Parts: sequence; structure tokens; C-alpha cells
Amino acid sequence: MGKAINQLLEAGYHWLAAWFVENPQALFPESCWSGYVLAALIQCALLLNVVAVGALLFIWMERKISGRIQDRLGPTRVGGRFGWLQTLADGLKLIAKEDLIPQDADAFLFRLAPYLGFAASFMALLALPFSNGWVGWEVNVSLFFILAVMGLEVFSPILAGYASGSKWALFGAIREAAQVVSYEVPMGMCVVVPVVLCGSMNLLTIGNAQAGLFTNWYIFHDPFTFCIFWIYFTCAIASVNRAPFDLAEAESELVAGFHTEYSGLRWSFFFMAEYGSMFAVSGLAAILFFGGWHGPFPIFYGLGVSGGDFGWWPMQLANAAGCVNFILKAVVGVTVMMWVRWTLPRLRIDQVITTCLKYCTPLAAGLFLGAVILKAVHFPSINDLAPAVRPGEVRESWVLLEAPAPVVEKGPVEKEHAQSEHARNLPPIVSEKQLAASPQTEGGSL
Amino acid sequence: MLLAAINWHSFFFLFFALLACGFAVGVLVSTNIVRMAFYLVMSLSATAGLFFLAGAEFVGAMQLMIYVGGTMVLLIFGVMLTARERFIDMQTPGGQWVLAAAAGGLFFFILVVNAFQVPDWSTPNPHQDQLSIAESKTTTQIGAAFVGVRLDRPEADNATQRAGMSGYLLPFEIVSVHLLVVLIGAAYLARAKRRVDQPGS
Repeated sequence: MGKAINQLLEAGYHWLAAWFVENPQALFPESCWSGYVLAALIQCALLLNVVAVGALLFIWMERKISGRIQDRLGPTRVGGRFGWLQTLADGLKLIAKEDLIPQDADAFLFRLAPYLGFAASFMALLALPFSNGWVGWEVNVSLFFILAVMGLEVFSPILAGYASGSKWALFGAIREAAQVVSYEVPMGMCVVVPVVLCGSMNLLTIGNAQAGLFTNWYIFHDPFTFCIFWIYFTCAIASVNRAPFDLAEAESELVAGFHTEYSGLRWSFFFMAEYGSMFAVSGLAAILFFGGWHGPFPIFYGLGVSGGDFGWWPMQLANAAGCVNFILKAVVGVTVMMWVRWTLPRLRIDQVITTCLKYCTPLAAGLFLGAVILKAVHFPSINDLAPAVRPGEVRESWVLLEAPAPVVEKGPVEKEHAQSEHARNLPPIVSEKQLAASPQTEGGSL
Repeated sequence: MLLAAINWHSFFFLFFALLACGFAVGVLVSTNIVRMAFYLVMSLSATAGLFFLAGAEFVGAMQLMIYVGGTMVLLIFGVMLTARERFIDMQTPGGQWVLAAAAGGLFFFILVVNAFQVPDWSTPNPHQDQLSIAESKTTTQIGAAFVGVRLDRPEADNATQRAGMSGYLLPFEIVSVHLLVVLIGAAYLARAKRRVDQPGS
């Protein structure tokens, strides 16, 4: 996304400068450093607002949804209709609250803990693509990076629980640690399946491999992936510490769990981090299983528009449409999490761990094995049987970043065959340098 | 322009290196074990930042996952649940400081001497602007090598030469089996002792 913003900024610079000077190109040359700094700042601001404004929206949604589920209205008055300013009023209240630090607390760690969780949640969004190429920082192994960073988020409740100097907080922290560390195992097994199907850990590649009709989405790839999505979603709910897995903040037994001693703005940072990571895991689910930024029907392809020669503005327009798609899917995921929260009762700690170790982990392992075997024997997916758009060849948006099909890299044996065949027909000259210069494909099928 | 003249790569390298070293010193001077663990986590994260800066994204993410995450788990289950008063607030005696400084200083000396003996590392690369980090970014090669295929050496034609290039499958398997043994052993040691009901009692 940095590139797109930077191009936009450059155009803006030149347009502005053209009012004052004759030759803006000389004043603001191509790849102007300030453009990159500004682009970085704009991206940071945008992502920060995904967490902050997202939390504003999600907390309002949570109130309305819980109200409707419990046959109430939820907030109705603040901000006119629908109570849509309720969260803002809450925020004002939180800012105005007294900021307490208990006497027994480790003041330094107590102050630090909320920001750690917020930073981890923000860093996960940094590598999460919002559309084709619209990503704060394009990491080659972005899926792995996001998992690693989300695993660090648990550090914040642990530090908070320890530093509060209260046994309720410490109980909550230890529970959360046990839960999150356990659920990382089945979650890791679940996310590996789309990686195996696609052959890349780059979320952009995974998303683009599911372009076309919705039958291309990995959730509809085969029965195993369909089942494994639900395990992923269960583990995702547990890993962001939402009900029915919110043992760490069980009001009925632990006062408020790890944030018992927090008040005001520090407390709200925990919740911004929670809603931020809810969005992140839902977005991850959208990319891994639901085609990411691709709509269910390839509209642009149907209009006869595909390929990359449509200029800058149409490309960004298509990306913006993809971004809307992606955010819609992620918000649906968050909504389902809220639905689950207000429907199911809270589990006991032993039930939480049993669910993870006795059900989720073996199921995930078995389904993973099944999906991998289907992939290994080239079992036709549903989409291969139906006369649909082939995956990886169609892009809904006009931007084409990735090469559609990975080039088959030849192993030693295949190469030997190829060379012996060559020897009969053509002079076989494939020098080492040519091989080294040939473009690397990610995860090419061996 | 002043800002344009700065070599941002060097700037961020120094930034992350200083963070890593500073927090490492913090681990040394702190007496509270939870703060120590926190400084260790920050120091290891800054090292991950160095990896990301060098373009080794997979290694960086690994560093975050294993070292930073692993330290955290160690902290929670190893230290916080078992530590007594003496370890929560650790006071290092003077003799240990001297011993540790001698051992650490010796290793540091060896490291520095060896590092400066590599001629390539003490002079800047003349082709710096032509360097590309794109190739180091993919994990395909190392991943394939772990399952026994060396993608970087497909050119060896005859089977005898290929035999020596079969990747790291054997060491990988040995390490995996070793880890499995350790896991089973740990589970065996940590299992709850079942009470045997004596028939007479």
C-alpha cells in the first residue's frame, strides 16, 4: 500500500507545487524521501484507526447485538437514533476516571502492560493485507509473522496480572497464559492447511490464489478444509480470550481477572487490543478460508475486465472495492464471535483445556492429515469438477501482483530425465548461472 | 537535505542494536525476576528487528515465535509458579559478578577477535547498491533441504554426486526423534503419581 500512497502523494505534491513553481519535477523529484515518510505515517495512522475506531464500532455492535439477543434494545439515546455515540460517551467517561495504581503494584510494569497488548495487536495488523497489495508491510512469511506476534499478546495480561499485586489478577493471568499457550497448538495446525494448498506463507499469495467464483475459496476446497475452518474459528475465539473462553476475566469468580486493578484509559487499552485482535483473527480467517478481498462472484472478470493495463486510478478503485469486501468479511467474523459470546455460557478452566487438548488438537491433526493426503494424491476439488473459473488464473481486481501458477522447479531426477531427452534432440546447455538467475518461485511444487 | 543524507539502514541497525544491548544490560542489573524476563523479551525482540532489517523475515519471525514466545512460557511456568522469595528478588554476590564478567569477557574477546579477522566484514561492500535481498526472503530452499532436496544444487547429474547433497533430512529426523523422546520423558516425569489403594488399609 505504501507504493500506492506514495504515488498519490507524489501526484498531490506536483499538483500543489504546480501552482507556485514552473517545474515541480525539479523541486520534488521522483522517490522523494519525504513522500516515503509521509506514506509511512499515513499507513500507521490508518492502521491505528483500525484498532481505535474499530473498537469504537465493535463495542457499540457488542451492545446492540447483546441487547437483541437478550430481547432488549441496547443503547438507544446517545447520539440520536440507535445510540451510535454510546462508545464515545463511554470513552469520555474512561478518560475522566481517576487513574489508580495499587500500593503493592510494580508501578513500571503496571503502566507498561496495557501498551504491550496494544502494540502486539497493532503489529499483527501491520502485516495483514486489506486488499491486493494494500498491506502496511509486505512480509514474505506474513502468516507466520502474524501468528508469532499474536502469540506475544498474551504477555500483556501476564505482566498486568503479576504487576497488579492482587491475587485475583494473578489468577486471571495464569489462566489466560495456560489457555492461550495451549490453543496455539491446534490453531497452528489449522492455518497450515491453506499454506499447504497454496504453497506460500504470503497472505497476498494465499488471497490471490482464491480469486474467481466463491467455489475457489479454500473453505469449499474439500470436506477437510470445511471442517478445519470451524476448528480454526474455535481456537481463534479462545486465543483472543472471548467468551465462552473468557476465563481470565470471569467476573463471577475473579472480580475482573487480570484487569481488576486497572481503571480509566489504561483499562480501555486492554479492550482496544482485544477488539483489534478479534478483527485480526477474523481477517486472517477471511484471507485463509474465504478468499480475502475477492468477492463471491468475479464481477470485474464478468464485465470482461482483467489484466493489468487499466491505469492507476481504476486499479486503486478495484483495490478499494476489495478492501470493502475484506472488511465486510472480517466484520462478519467479529459479529459471529459476539453472537457466540452472548449465546454460550462460560466454560470451566478444566473444560477449556479439555476442549483444546482432547478435541481440538486431535481433530485438527486428523483433518490436516486428510487435507494433505487429498492434496498429495491430486484429488479433484469441488471446483475442479464444476465448470467454474479456474483458481489462480482470474483476478477480480485489475491488479496482478503474483504470477498465477508457480513454475515447477525440477528436482535432480526430473532434471536428469529432461537432460537425457534433451541430449537426444537439442544440445542441453543449462549452466549454473542460468539456473541461479531463473526467477525464484515461492513454494513451487516439487 | 539533512534527513535525506542519513543512511537509514545504518540508523535502524544502530537503533535495534542499541535496544538489544541496552535491555541485555537491563537483564544484568535488574534484581526482580519478572522485570528481568521482560527486559530479556525486549532484547530478543530487538534482535528479531535486526533480522527483519537484514531481510531474513522467516528467521525474524522464528526469533519472535521461539525465543520471545518461549522465554515467556519459561517465565510463566518455570519461574512464576515455582520461584520462592530468594529468586523473586535476586541479589548477585560480588564473587559471582567477577566470575561471570571473566567468562563473558573471554567469550566476547574471542568473538570480537574472530569477527575482525574476516576481511569482508571490515570493509563495506563496493557493490552495495546492487545487492538484492529478494532471494534470502523465500524459505523454499531451506524447507526443501530439510525434507531432503537441495534446490540450490540441481545441476549434479550423476547419482554419486547427488548422494552427498541429499539435504538435511537425516539430522532433521534425528533432532525430531530426540525432541519426541524429551517430550515423552518430561510427560513421564511430570505425571501425577497415582495413589495405589492398599487392600488392608
